[in-house]
Amino acid sequence: MTDNNNHLLEVRDLTVTFPQPSGAVTAVRGVNYHVDKGEFLGIVGESGSGKSVSSLAVMGLLPSSAQITGDILFEGTSLLGRSDAELSRLRGEGISIIFQDPLSALTPVYTVGAQISEALLLHDPKLSRQAAAARAVELLRIVGIPHPERRAQAFPHEFSGGMRQRAMIAIAIANNPRLIIADEPTTALDVTIQAQILEVLQRAKDITGAAVVLITHDLGVVAGNADRIAVMYAGRIVETGTVDQVFHEPTMPYTIGLLRSMPNLATAGHTRLVPLEGRPPSLGNLAPGCPFAPRCPIAVDACRGTEPPLAALNDPQGKDARHSAACLRMDEIAGGQLQRAELFPRPERVAEAERADLTPETVLSVDGLVRHFPLMKGAVFKRQVGTVKAVDGVSLAIRSGQTLGLVGESGCGKTTTIMEILELAKPQAGRITVDGRDVAGMSAKERRALRRDIQVVFQDPMASLDPRLPIQDIIAEPLTVHGVPAGARRAKVAEVLDLVGLDPAMGARYPHEFSGGQRQRVGIARALVTDPKIIVLDEPVSALDVSIQAGVINLLEDLQERLGLSYLFVAHDLAVVRQIADTVAVMYLGRVVESGPAEAVFDDPRHPYTRALLSAVPVPDPSLERGRRRIILDGDLPSPTETTPGCNFRARCPLYKLLDADQQALCRDQDPALRPVAGTSAACHHAASIELVLN
Amino acid sequence: MEVLNELPISEPIEEPVAARPGKKPVSRSRMVLNRLRRMPRFWVGLVGLGLVILWAIFGLIPNAWNFTDLDVYNMGSSPSATHWFGTSDIGEDIYAQTIVGLRKSLIIGLLAGPLASLIAGIIGAFAGYLGGAWDKTIIWFIDLLLVLPSLFLFVLLSPIFKSLSWVALIFLLAAFGWMIMARVIRAQTMSLRERDFIKAARFMGVGTWTIISRHILPNVSSLLIIDATLGVGAAILAETTLSFFGFGIQAPDVSLGTLLSAGQGAAVTRPWLFVFPAAILVWTVLSASLVGDALRDAVDPTSGVNRD
Amino acid sequence: MIGFIIKRFINYAILSAIATLSAYVLASMILNPAARYYGRNPRPSDQTVNAILDGLGVNPNTPVIERLWSWLVNLVTRGSLGDTIHNTSVLSEMAARAGTSLRLLILGTVIAAVVGVILGVWGAVRQYRASDQIISYASFTILAMPSFVIGILLMILATGLNNVLGIQLISFTGEYTPGLDGGWWAQVADRAGHLVLPTIALALVGAAGYSRYQRSAMLDVLSADYIRTARSKGRTRGSALVRHGVRVALIPMSTYFAYSFATILAGAAVIELVFSWHGMGEFLFQAIQQSDINAFTGAILFNAVLVLIAGTLSDIVYAALDPRVRV
Repeated sequence: MTDNNNHLLEVRDLTVTFPQPSGAVTAVRGVNYHVDKGEFLGIVGESGSGKSVSSLAVMGLLPSSAQITGDILFEGTSLLGRSDAELSRLRGEGISIIFQDPLSALTPVYTVGAQISEALLLHDPKLSRQAAAARAVELLRIVGIPHPERRAQAFPHEFSGGMRQRAMIAIAIANNPRLIIADEPTTALDVTIQAQILEVLQRAKDITGAAVVLITHDLGVVAGNADRIAVMYAGRIVETGTVDQVFHEPTMPYTIGLLRSMPNLATAGHTRLVPLEGRPPSLGNLAPGCPFAPRCPIAVDACRGTEPPLAALNDPQGKDARHSAACLRMDEIAGGQLQRAELFPRPERVAEAERADLTPETVLSVDGLVRHFPLMKGAVFKRQVGTVKAVDGVSLAIRSGQTLGLVGESGCGKTTTIMEILELAKPQAGRITVDGRDVAGMSAKERRALRRDIQVVFQDPMASLDPRLPIQDIIAEPLTVHGVPAGARRAKVAEVLDLVGLDPAMGARYPHEFSGGQRQRVGIARALVTDPKIIVLDEPVSALDVSIQAGVINLLEDLQERLGLSYLFVAHDLAVVRQIADTVAVMYLGRVVESGPAEAVFDDPRHPYTRALLSAVPVPDPSLERGRRRIILDGDLPSPTETTPGCNFRARCPLYKLLDADQQALCRDQDPALRPVAGTSAACHHAASIELVLN
Repeated sequence: MEVLNELPISEPIEEPVAARPGKKPVSRSRMVLNRLRRMPRFWVGLVGLGLVILWAIFGLIPNAWNFTDLDVYNMGSSPSATHWFGTSDIGEDIYAQTIVGLRKSLIIGLLAGPLASLIAGIIGAFAGYLGGAWDKTIIWFIDLLLVLPSLFLFVLLSPIFKSLSWVALIFLLAAFGWMIMARVIRAQTMSLRERDFIKAARFMGVGTWTIISRHILPNVSSLLIIDATLGVGAAILAETTLSFFGFGIQAPDVSLGTLLSAGQGAAVTRPWLFVFPAAILVWTVLSASLVGDALRDAVDPTSGVNRD
Repeated sequence: MIGFIIKRFINYAILSAIATLSAYVLASMILNPAARYYGRNPRPSDQTVNAILDGLGVNPNTPVIERLWSWLVNLVTRGSLGDTIHNTSVLSEMAARAGTSLRLLILGTVIAAVVGVILGVWGAVRQYRASDQIISYASFTILAMPSFVIGILLMILATGLNNVLGIQLISFTGEYTPGLDGGWWAQVADRAGHLVLPTIALALVGAAGYSRYQRSAMLDVLSADYIRTARSKGRTRGSALVRHGVRVALIPMSTYFAYSFATILAGAAVIELVFSWHGMGEFLFQAIQQSDINAFTGAILFNAVLVLIAGTLSDIVYAALDPRVRV
């Protein structure tokens, strides 16, 4: 490294160890990195990689039991060993941090304005309360909160998630810090809100001139914004370099595998995903050698003996020494002896002979489904003040052997929709037919029999498996309902375990003995045990680490082809949906705003909301990402209680603003119905003029 | 707290199966036991409780004074070699009386505490899972029972129970000791009901009672065990208070409460009549509540973590 | 906020009313006021006893529901709670005793809440250090004692203290020294001296319970993200805990107060009896022993009203602390 006076922040050989009763855990094992003035560094890693711990160490916010060694230099002076009071003077003034979960990061009992002023008053005792309050309002305006004077008086629970994260950014930039650390700032947020927050963060960086360290698990988030990237694995940095170097010439097999396993909007749907088998090691008892060796397809014996250090790449052109990696065979990869594309084998599709024969028929159809919740108000006498239109006339149809992807942001009604379907009861309005039979008129007995045909897989594999039962009992539970004898149950459980790629001998184990990916396979096995026709998949991979996702998605694809299953696949991750879905329905405020074949919807969306949604998804490819134009939607998802005459997307619509007065009048007066436009159906009066919105 | 998510150890259950062949990952109950083993409070309580129970069983020395014997030569004597805890005004041996009283108090506590937890578990799970009007009615009834001190109701009901055997007291104490825990179980059940594994069972068509007995009660069992342990102490306290004022155990039966009541008048002048039984009582209840509190800490996943 | 408090008040009012009415019905079914008269010598005639019981409105031959109705009508129209078995008015008996009980209750509860909250916060912040261990073990020990044991142990200690000092510094029998000569100040001092031990006894029980609860509420808050946010703004750990932590940790405490109040009432009644105070606790216990239905119901009504007040107060505090319930 060069002269450290030039570095704003320099972390040298940082290790963080947490003493635990069962043995010490070293969460960060010798991390070196630096950030220069005004630079944007992205730190990427999966959960447990030590990325957040290392940033909290910089802030001095780790629990006092943590043992920290190495050195952290900020503006040339060491931060380690300083007292809490000394560090407090620096925190917020020199370095500030934005946390992941905006829901819990603000004190619930103080107003947002007061919490921003607090940051100002702490570092400027001469500032008057009035001046601080005025400045707080100003800061809220900078981060794009409408009506900041009124909003400063509001409490955190009155803010939406995106607005709270904006307030967090306002606090972070209040004292014009030289360094802002953003720890997964958008992970808890929807994709359109994520795009807004990233834009605000970029604006904050421009205004304050601060350097930014963005910590994330999502390679796409850093692709467009960061200057340099550091990839962490098992408590160490395993590769670092400029964005282009890391994305285009990754040299550590982990980085290569991670990039290849991510479903990517630009490539998804055409090729199968490449899974990164195995899982990160536990930091409690690391085996010697490279921690990635057990998952690495090119590991040699030497890899299991010594852990390779992070070393500068031997660059044949001698361009620069910024690109470093920690791999014994990195020169072979960089030199081309090992082809990056061939490191991880791409799995084959299910052979033609093994595929199920299908007669194309509609197995599930939903017609005009409505689910309204009354909104009650009043403490003493309850009265209905409005209606939450959670689901407001949704129609869907799934054919056998096909996947319908249902996408939309949180609060759009997609979860309510599938819950209504799974209840198999008469809906408030509309019709649900399974296998051509209307569920409304069914007896309890018929309904129970029908449950064999429609099963569900939930998002969080830990939450969906009863921790107190061995997995064979969990998987067999649907069969007990249908009175299958014990012997047949055992045989069937062994069969489905084999089908999802788990050893049937594992049946006696409990859920906690499995990894996240394996647990989700158990959840899938339970859904398969009754030989269903339809499986409802509620965000089945979003709780899994990126490197695990690909394996589960491939499994779902294989099972579909082998067993002829139909999937109703609900997800907010558009790239995953693009990968697996045949048809797609996009929901907004309880309505389907666009639906059609996945190809058409993703490649040529006709509804402005679909277009904004797609443009907000970050693509893990820096050159593509830099060339993209984002459509940033204004504001948040409006409350579903508000009744807007006309089109309910109007207030946020990027197209609406570009229309002339007559066309706008149409949007205001008439509620658009779903109608065929080009290859898809869109609920927009002006779907034909969509090209006005540049993409 | 995100730092903790970054630490694989904070969820020891995440241990990969393949990484450590031969060593099974730690299950929840093992983990709780491991935590318990490291808590001094747990050992203090367990040893204390064990000693008290052993003493109650084996402490009565054969051929020495029985609790009904009267030593007319040593009336109102202070602790001595013949009467370790002294004697009462009419020459009863306080040591023998304390052991007999302790036996009764322990039996009442050990039965009434768990019985109350059982009632709490069933009613709480029922209210929480069914929700709606059932829930409203049950909660309202619980609140009604909580409005007034149960002690007053015990006292009011005592004329009935005086005529019955002391065993009836166990049921009386259990009948008024379940309300707060039932509320806790109800809240826990309501959040369990929204958990995916319960939803999954429902969507598979599993019946209500099966879901409660197979999924909900096992998942709140740790809470119930804690409550049962703490309930032992609470039941003993309630019993002694009632007996102290003459509303609980009736002569010729003896419990710690009746003993304390007899010793009360002389508490200031001849403290041994009061202090010895009182010390045994406090020892017993304290041990039970230390075990209960240690259990609560061991079950709580965030406990033991340094939280600053 | 007003709506919230009104709703909670109505809820408590209904609960208290029903609790009182049920107490009346229950007492009428269990207690047998006639037995008292038949035990007399010479044994009064049936007519005489019936007449006395009818006069009190507690004749078991009249259906319970009818007696309840006339008790209610009496209460609403004349503001009377009936007569005691000694032919005095329940209301006047209560008026004479209520002050005694209230003095103990208010002082004891306030001290218990303040001390409990401070110790709980302190224990949580210094978790597992020596001071926390001492506070924890001390509260466990106190919670392991019935309140009458605490009262009597305090008496033994006070006697020892008085003996050592050679003067009667702390008096503990009754509420005041009967027939004490002296001016107004002497009376006040005498009453204060009598008040010390019972108040300490009640405050100890309350503070032990509150400190455990406050400690765990505070521990939940210690690991909260907003404490970290406050520190990241530049607050030291201690200042973040005080400014952001304690304020939030008091919220669950305010609801716990309402639930724990019944325990406090029971503790206060027991302590009154132990210290031979002529308060509402003694009134209630005597009423049961003497099968006095009217007096018992009166005592229950007194407690129910206190619960109503305590519950509403804790809801007001709750609403004041937590902006989320202010609608």
